[in-house]
Amino acid sequence: MLRFSKSKIIFTVGIIVIGLLLAVPSMMSREQREAFQRALPGWVPSWIVPSRAIVLGLDLQGGSHVLLEVDVPDLMRTQTTQLRDDIRRILRETRVTPQGGIQLTPRGAQIRVPDVADRDKVLPKLRELSQPLGSAVLGQGGGRDLDVSVTPDGLIALNYSEAGVNEKVRRAVDQAIEVIRRRIDVTGTTEPSIQRQGADRILVQVPGLQDPQRLKELLGRTAKLEFRLLAQTGAADVDMLPMKEEGGNRVPVERRVIVDGSDLVDAQPAFDSRTNEPIVNFRFNVRGAQRFGQATTEAIGRPLAIVLDNEVISAPTIQSAITGGAGQISGRFTVQQVNDLSVLLRAGALPAKLTIVEERTVGPGLGQDSIEAGKKATYVATIFVVIFMFATYGLFGLFANIALVVHVGLIFGLMSILEATLTLPGIAGIVLTIGTAVDSNVLIYERIREEFKSGRSMVSAIQAGFDRAFATIVDSNSTMAIAAVILFFLGSGPVRGFAVVFILGILTTVLTAVTLTRMMIALWYHWVRPKTLPF
Amino acid sequence: MRLIRLWPDDSRFDFMRFRRFSFPFSAIISVATVVLLLTVGLNFGIDFKGGTLMELQAKSGQADVGKVREAANGFGFGDVEVQEFGTAGGISLRFAIQEGGEAAQSAVVQKARDTFGGEYEFQRVETVGPRVSGELVQSGTIGIILAVVAVLFYLWFRFERELAVGAIIGTLHDIVLTLGFFVITRHEFNMTSIAAILTIVGYSLNETVVVFDRTRELMRRYKTMPSVELLNLSINNTMSRTVMTAVTTALSLLALVLFGGRAIEGFAQVMLYGVVICTYSAICISSPMLIYIGLRGSEAAKSVGGKVAPAE
Repeated sequence: MLRFSKSKIIFTVGIIVIGLLLAVPSMMSREQREAFQRALPGWVPSWIVPSRAIVLGLDLQGGSHVLLEVDVPDLMRTQTTQLRDDIRRILRETRVTPQGGIQLTPRGAQIRVPDVADRDKVLPKLRELSQPLGSAVLGQGGGRDLDVSVTPDGLIALNYSEAGVNEKVRRAVDQAIEVIRRRIDVTGTTEPSIQRQGADRILVQVPGLQDPQRLKELLGRTAKLEFRLLAQTGAADVDMLPMKEEGGNRVPVERRVIVDGSDLVDAQPAFDSRTNEPIVNFRFNVRGAQRFGQATTEAIGRPLAIVLDNEVISAPTIQSAITGGAGQISGRFTVQQVNDLSVLLRAGALPAKLTIVEERTVGPGLGQDSIEAGKKATYVATIFVVIFMFATYGLFGLFANIALVVHVGLIFGLMSILEATLTLPGIAGIVLTIGTAVDSNVLIYERIREEFKSGRSMVSAIQAGFDRAFATIVDSNSTMAIAAVILFFLGSGPVRGFAVVFILGILTTVLTAVTLTRMMIALWYHWVRPKTLPF
Repeated sequence: MRLIRLWPDDSRFDFMRFRRFSFPFSAIISVATVVLLLTVGLNFGIDFKGGTLMELQAKSGQADVGKVREAANGFGFGDVEVQEFGTAGGISLRFAIQEGGEAAQSAVVQKARDTFGGEYEFQRVETVGPRVSGELVQSGTIGIILAVVAVLFYLWFRFERELAVGAIIGTLHDIVLTLGFFVITRHEFNMTSIAAILTIVGYSLNETVVVFDRTRELMRRYKTMPSVELLNLSINNTMSRTVMTAVTTALSLLALVLFGGRAIEGFAQVMLYGVVICTYSAICISSPMLIYIGLRGSEAAKSVGGKVAPAE
């Protein structure tokens, strides 16, 4: 019958109180939360007091959302260049000269070795270049990253397999995430989020950024630094690279890299003591210092090309052997450029070029406006609905209104404990659930009314109203849930925030509109013993 | 205190009569919408079309739209849509997607920041490259199809086949008419619009399901009642609830339209329209559809035939 045991009441109220308490930290600012945690007496463990708060989406707190994609052709170019160097080393070791040199293909390299004896010398070594894929510990996968094939006329082709390319891309993404994290840390932004998305993408979300353009510059540069020698006339293995200082004229540069950025241990912005020009001072690690020292000893009098992202920044002539492992880069930089370059060099080079495929930036002012507008809409919607429900159902409307306020509180509580992100569409979702949450109450009340009119007693009508409306409530909420769940899996960012709110709203409405309302009505009935419905 | 009743108790209104107007009306509107979709098309936002959207706020509070338009068109990035919004010097710029793949898009933002950065605050910058926009189109389409399929399955498990068919026709009707709203108002169609459409799918079903739950219940109680009468009774019985829920939902959406701010206004307007459409279709499309589909198989069809013929 219309009876609630004491334990049930305590249980329901308990859950609701806990749910509402969880929402409290979200109503405070971060400083208030921390102050509150500190103010606790020492014997209270800090986890008892809820401290998790809703995370505001970038559209509400302002910030940049940048989706980067690994440039796979660029990555494969780097890989095949490395492969060529490996092949060259093997050819040198085995003293085999292929016909027509080493040809690079988009996915690998090929050489022609018509002599069978030579081929037998080279092939086993070349096969060693191919690495097994997947976790070697578990011995699974079985595939190899490099396919080595030979035609009868002696064409040896080394091509990265599909799985090999994927593996390279995966590793490139991992490395890039590390590099990006180091780069962004320097800018001093709080709580950047950098995560892998899909196979070849990285999502960077930086809240509250003042200068999104600088972020993009930091992300967009590969920052591959190489020290090479300018080629002498007639030299083989030469790249034609644009020269920064001479308006992009191309100059011949030796393919051989003396030292690259990975051997740097430090890079700092500074000013040249003589010209007062902004420069970057750097230091090499031991290996880099050794190589650099040796190369500069051998090449005194020749210009050294400092190559950044395939552009020659400057090409000073080597005056004397540089064995100390330190040096400087000049190139008509501005102070800002020098700062950025040292950051990039310290953070290391990206394994491949990253392309920005999506950018969404919201200024902090607009975010604040959206929060204010959202709050206002929430209050107004609540007032509209509360007045309307009370005007229609009187006391029962009041019960529904209490349930409604608890419902909104619980959504916030659940979002806090899940550390879900509240976005602008999410606020719209909350406002919308204010309208739809009372639907369950309406279904129940209308049914009670109907049952009462058809001649049932109060208790029996209320009982039947709840029982019969329940199936419909489940049906109508399930249909809403279907749409919301699909939206959750489909959408990203703001739209997903809407789906989260909607799903949580459907869950809490069952607790508040059905259980809580029923409890209030049961208590009221036992207290007042009314003879007729109040609406 | 006197309480409000929006709908009289024990109404005996002949809703089924409406089908003579509502069916041709909805049919014409739906066909017109499809024609408009194919000829005029939706006003796709950058989510689906790619390109760059910027919202600037004049630091002085006074925006010079003409000057901005002239400058932006001089960038050489193709035609620019420049619009004023709000009251205090807001300007939005929309650049079409640029030739030259993903990297080409950032040049637009760079150029605009250099040009307008002095006098205007950049409140919002969104750039969507060709690949991402293609994917968003895909996931948006998949989403709507998936929603319809999921709903079909739900109805199939939960209801008799006839009721399920009626409900799905109603839902499709609501999707089409919502798209029509987008075509006619030229509201920007983006990912948020997909969210609105999916929510409308949910709401549409919600409305239909409440009526059909009652229809099913009455079918068991009155085994011989003719379909038209049965359906009329179901709607009349649930009408006070339908009106109540439509009003509370509309009230909260109205609050969003009035106070939610520019970014959410469009979504709220579409939803508000959706609530009206869904309520209309539950009463005037899905339910009367059952007369033709046949509520109780052949036996129901017979009784319908006898009823409808003289009236027409």
